This record gives sequence, C-alpha cells and structure tokens, in this order.
Amino acid sequence: MSSPFALWAGPLIEVAPFRLSGTVYATLLNHRRSLDALGEAVAAAPYKVAPKGVVLAVKPRQALVAPGGDVQIDDVAEALEVGAALGIVIGTTACAVAEADALGHVAGFVVVCDCTLPRAGHFRPQVRAMARDVSCVLGAAVVPRAQIADPDALAIRVFVDGSLAQSSNTSEHVRTAARLIADVSDFMTLMPGDVLLTGSAPDGPRARAGSRIAIEIDGVGRLETRVVAGAARLRA
Amino acid sequence: MKRARVAYSGAIHEATPSGADSIRLADGRVVAETDVVWLPPFEVGTVIALGLNYADHAKELAFKPQDEPLVFLKGPGALIGHRGATRRPADATFMHYECELAVVIGKPARQVARADAMAHVAGYTIANDYAIRDYLENWYRPNLRVKSRDGATALGPWLVDAADVEAPPQRALRTLVNGRQTQSGHTRDLVFDIAFLIEYLSAFMTLAPGDVILTGTPEGVVNVDVGDEVVCEIEGLGCLVNRIAGDAEFGRGGTASAQGEMKESA
Repeated sequence: MSSPFALWAGPLIEVAPFRLSGTVYATLLNHRRSLDALGEAVAAAPYKVAPKGVVLAVKPRQALVAPGGDVQIDDVAEALEVGAALGIVIGTTACAVAEADALGHVAGFVVVCDCTLPRAGHFRPQVRAMARDVSCVLGAAVVPRAQIADPDALAIRVFVDGSLAQSSNTSEHVRTAARLIADVSDFMTLMPGDVLLTGSAPDGPRARAGSRIAIEIDGVGRLETRVVAGAARLRA
Repeated sequence: MKRARVAYSGAIHEATPSGADSIRLADGRVVAETDVVWLPPFEVGTVIALGLNYADHAKELAFKPQDEPLVFLKGPGALIGHRGATRRPADATFMHYECELAVVIGKPARQVARADAMAHVAGYTIANDYAIRDYLENWYRPNLRVKSRDGATALGPWLVDAADVEAPPQRALRTLVNGRQTQSGHTRDLVFDIAFLIEYLSAFMTLAPGDVILTGTPEGVVNVDVGDEVVCEIEGLGCLVNRIAGDAEFGRGGTASAQGEMKESA
C-alpha cells in the first residue's frame, strides 16, 4: 500500500557487510566507575539504591551519523561529552535468550562515538542531552563475531585533537555483552540490524566545534570524526 | 478522514470506517472489523512519550509538575495495533494502562516556533502506553524495562486527519477495564500542550513524518490482570481495545525474570 507518509529514512547507513537497518540502543551506567564516581549519592535521594535492571536509552534515527560523517553542534560555545562504545550488531532475532546463547545472536561488533551534552544527574531520561540531531557516529566496519575472541576484554582509547583523552576496557563493564543481550531481550526483542552499545566510561572527554575525535577499540577498528557547528545536514 | 492499516487475506491494506462493525479496504472489500489484524495506523518513526503531563496524574504519583517535560523514547518493538494482546509478566504486581492522545507528525519540524507548530501535525490517534511499575527504578526513570516492552504500546485504531480535529484537540478521554470506567480526563489539562512539545523537541531533535508524540495520561491508573479487556477511548477518535495476556501464551514458564536478581559485581 502507499503510505500517506513518505518515510524519512534518516542518514543511510551501510556498513558492509551489514546494513544497520534497526534501532540503536545505548546502555547507561554499565561501566563500574559510573556508580563509583557517584559514591554515597547512589544511596541518597533521588536514587536511593543502585540500579538492578539494565538502564537503556534509544538513539533515534535523526541522531545517527553514517560512517565518515561529522557530529553536529548548534552552539559553538557548547561542549559535548564523547561516549566511546563497543556496539553489538545483532544478526538474528533475539527474544528472551539465555546468557549462554546470547553471543550466537551477534553478527559482529562496531566502534560507536555517541556524543551527548554533559548531563547533571541520572534521575530522568534526559532526551534533550542524549537524542540530539546528528550526534551518534557509527564506525565504517562491522567486524564479524568470530574475529573477536572475547568482547569483554577489549581496550578502548579516545583521542581528542590527537591526544589520548581516555582509556577504558570492556572488562570494566558491569554486564558482559552476553549478559546485556540476555537482560535486554527479556523484555525487548532485538532484531537483525539493531545495535546495542555496551556502555561508555564515565566523564567522557569533552569536544567542541572544530574538535577531531578518534576512537580505537582493539580488534574492532578506529573511528574518526569531527565536531562541526552549523545546521543539521539531514537528507530528505 | 479516518484511516487504518490492517492485514487481511495475505496483505496489508489501508482501510476506512464502514458502518458500526465493518471497515472498507482500499481495494473495495467491506469486511468485519474483527476479521482483520489491526496494525498501528501509520508507519511509525520515533516514538516519543511524555510522563507526568497531566497535573492530576502527577499528583496521583506524588510528583510535582516539572519545569521541563519528562520525555522518553521507545523502541519499535513496543508497538502493536488495535485488538492486540499485551503480555503481563508473572512476577508483576502492578501493571497499568495509560490512555493517551497520540500526535502524529506530518512534515519535518526543526527548530519550529510554537506559533507554527500545529502545522506540522498530520493527525491524531489513541495510545495505550502500558507500564509495569514493579520495574520502576530511579535511574533514567521511567526506564525502557518499564516502558519499552515488546507489545506494550498499543496505537490505533484510526489515524484521524488533523484537518478534522480542532487545534489543539479539546477531547475527553477515558479507559474502561472489563466495561467499567477506571480513568477519565480531558486533553485541555495537559501540562505541556502539543505546540509547546513540538517547539521543545524540535529545538534539539528534528521531528520527521511518522514520528509520534504520546502526550501523557490523566489520573486513574489501576492494575490490570491476565484476561482483562482494556478499552482506551478518546472522544471522536475511537476506541482502542487491548487484551492482557499471560506468560504461558508467549511460551514463558511463568518464572520470575532473572534480571531483578542481577547483582552489581563491582
């Protein structure tokens, strides 16, 4: 049937050998230092207790940037926080999968640069900081699962303007890749082409208009992007 | 004009009302409305939902209305159509519906001023935005485990053209559980109205055709159980029917989700 709405596809994202046709989900607070950094505040209002369930945010289509693209910022005075993340690319439909079977649903892994506004607190979803136009860059290659011996032991390095700005490792995550897939798929079916970001270390490096960002993940690759001021370059 | 999308006889069709219990497919066939599978009535893009957007509901939940809208996003798997079934997990003790006016974007909106906002609306439909309160925690609240569950956001039955609805819509809404009214409100009581929401959202995220804003629910949310029929109604837009299903129907053993037992190892 012809829809009354011409579907606006957002940026066309083709990452050989997979087309990232699905939804991108970011996992929050999955780095052990995320809660450590909050200290006693975790037990105080409004949080009261450490999170039990997986904490997620949807990265909507207008936030996504095809490989090779730049991050856009409207206000040249503003700083963005660089969230460097290992992205799990789903290969087969995953609904209520067991942790032991979870990696069997993975097509591969991709480097992702998820830029957000630095945010105060973690009580409300903060879509204004985390779902901005043209803010989340996907890497140019999906590395097949078989080529990654252990997705939970990968070093991640972030460079801003050529200088090492942050180092972390996926071994520092609260939930492993398999555990994340199991916990998310318990309530939300992951579809082929969906990308699940496994989380970023807290207090990511800051970037401003003109900054050059590079993210390296061992075995997965290197992503390079820039922050550019100006109107969103959305394709109709 | 009211339009639906339905599956019938091996294909997906656009459909329009035809009498009380029938619908007319675009190919001319008139069929009973219970003989089709109702889908969300348009091709849905980003699903944007509001929390605490009726003052009475915010009070019911013991919250003060905020300075800024409480906005969260959902994944596409959350959506189902009219007459669908929504799973209630066996370990839930408080699962409730939320009857909401859904605003469908019709043309791209980027940094749109309030005065121009309503021109970006294609039409309206009804949403039933279920929540499972047992899973509510205080981190990025309400989190996706509460609000972006498979099949837990019903949309429909009809997309009603904006041209046929006053702007902004001034409509009564209510929910009936097994025929008994449990929730009622009126869209005039929105804390942040539609034009404000389009202005607010489009300042940082470009809204595209098919994006939908679920504008929040008034007071009167009560627990629903497996087997209940839940009807969300908005004056002039229609009645959105949903059924609560149990774990067994989805091949789940009825054991409690393991997720709540996950301990942070650090």
